[in-house]
Amino acid sequence: MDRAAIIGVGMTKIEANKSRETFADMAWEAVNKALDDAGMTIADIDNVVTTSSDFWDGRTISCMAVGDASGAADKNISCIEGDGTYGAFYGYMRALSGSYKTTLVTGHSKGSQGVSSLLTNAAFDPIYERGLGMDMISACAMQANAYMNKTGVTPEQAALVSVKNHGNALKNPVAQLPMKISVGDVMKSEMIADPLRKLDCSPISDGCCAVVIAHEAVAEKFKKRPIWVRGLAFRTDAFFFGDRDLARSNALAAAAQDAYKMAGITDPKKEIDLIELYDAFTYQELLWLEEMGFAEYGKATELLAQGQFDIDGALPVNASGGLMAGHPVIAAGLYRIAEIVLQLRGEAGAHQVKKAKTGLAHGVNGLCGQSHCVWILDQER
Amino acid sequence: MADKDQLIIESGEAAQPFKYAVGMPGSKFFAETRDNKRLMGEKCPKCGRVYVPPRGICGKCYVKMDEWVEVGPLGVIGTFTILRFAFIDPETGHQKPVPYGYGFIKLDGADTLYQHYINIEDESKIKIGARVEPVWAENRKGTTRDIEYFRVID
Repeated sequence: MDRAAIIGVGMTKIEANKSRETFADMAWEAVNKALDDAGMTIADIDNVVTTSSDFWDGRTISCMAVGDASGAADKNISCIEGDGTYGAFYGYMRALSGSYKTTLVTGHSKGSQGVSSLLTNAAFDPIYERGLGMDMISACAMQANAYMNKTGVTPEQAALVSVKNHGNALKNPVAQLPMKISVGDVMKSEMIADPLRKLDCSPISDGCCAVVIAHEAVAEKFKKRPIWVRGLAFRTDAFFFGDRDLARSNALAAAAQDAYKMAGITDPKKEIDLIELYDAFTYQELLWLEEMGFAEYGKATELLAQGQFDIDGALPVNASGGLMAGHPVIAAGLYRIAEIVLQLRGEAGAHQVKKAKTGLAHGVNGLCGQSHCVWILDQER
Repeated sequence: MADKDQLIIESGEAAQPFKYAVGMPGSKFFAETRDNKRLMGEKCPKCGRVYVPPRGICGKCYVKMDEWVEVGPLGVIGTFTILRFAFIDPETGHQKPVPYGYGFIKLDGADTLYQHYINIEDESKIKIGARVEPVWAENRKGTTRDIEYFRVID
């Protein structure tokens, strides 16, 4: 099979409210940063994939509004609705198709412009579920209770994820919510929906991220060392929550196994050096790590308490601060990919981890982790 | 340039009305809740799973379902949460009074969980595995609100 690599990344700072900027302004900034990073001009890009959600953007065909600022004039542009990792998946397939050499992938949203609970309510089934008023937080609170009931993990233990990730964000200049906090601070924060408190939840955010994916024929012709895609997979669970085992994520376990197989990884704990994952809520970091095979089910909290997931730990998780420190919906998974790329190049600055040859980036699409996308990225082909 | 005052345009009060087709399985489900206070599920002819709410197709087996079975009305709490923060109610546009309970109910005879409100008068009784019954609305219109909520029974 042909190979592809990521050769440029650009991120806007993640902020609570970019009130001065339109979607196109954010795209312009992220795309130009990615082009500069790669040592390219827009003329070096042969096609564009934008990732956005019409509901979050408050308009239909939201992709068309950012085409110009994304450098798509007179080019082949296509749109993905979902997390940025899925937009990048499509960009990767385009690279492998043989028809394209350099694909620019963007993902954006502005949580500040809508009402998050109404927007996420609209993702529920309109016949049976939406009218009851469920939203992302209430649904994930039920998943958290199911997980904690099955594993015995406590809210105090999960709170340490918030402490770690907000603390890591102090070293990441693009993070929205750098904070030095304690488990006590998390446990004292406002109860939103049992067992989730305010500091268990990722914030509402604005941001745009862009990456350039290149076919192997041209991957080494630009400025930066290519970061190679070694493994890549996604899997999807049932739409109705009531059909799923909410205490588990079978889709993630399967996606991770597929990605490891493609990458030739047999022992992910030993062969993967760092992880950026989709911690929309504290318990999710634990559950996702367990389903990907980095801890036994219900036991990630023990490794967390030992400091193994710290920036200087054996397996740094969300050294950037993760979603706890900024959650631009749609773009969030693409930020995970960009962060792994910076780490594997040794360019992550103050939150650079020591050993970074092979990294895992994870994105989620759908409510309570209905669908998961797992990327294995590597310094080596 | 002055800072923010002129830089935002609001969408205004206009709504975007929409009509959702309920489908034939859903129409039967709601006719039964409205007319007979009965909860019905659909059974997969291949794997035997009983789905509530009904949706016509077993996604796992990828076959049509046309066998109906009555489920509940009693069940157990599969998982739950108690809302403490007043979000905007999508049906009214106003903040919903808190606290209130949501749950996924495993109805007797069903293999999936059905989402609804849980009465939280006595919070100490709200636990995964607690036995519940539906409280039916007086004025039933053939929607999820034909059941007002589920309540824990001892």
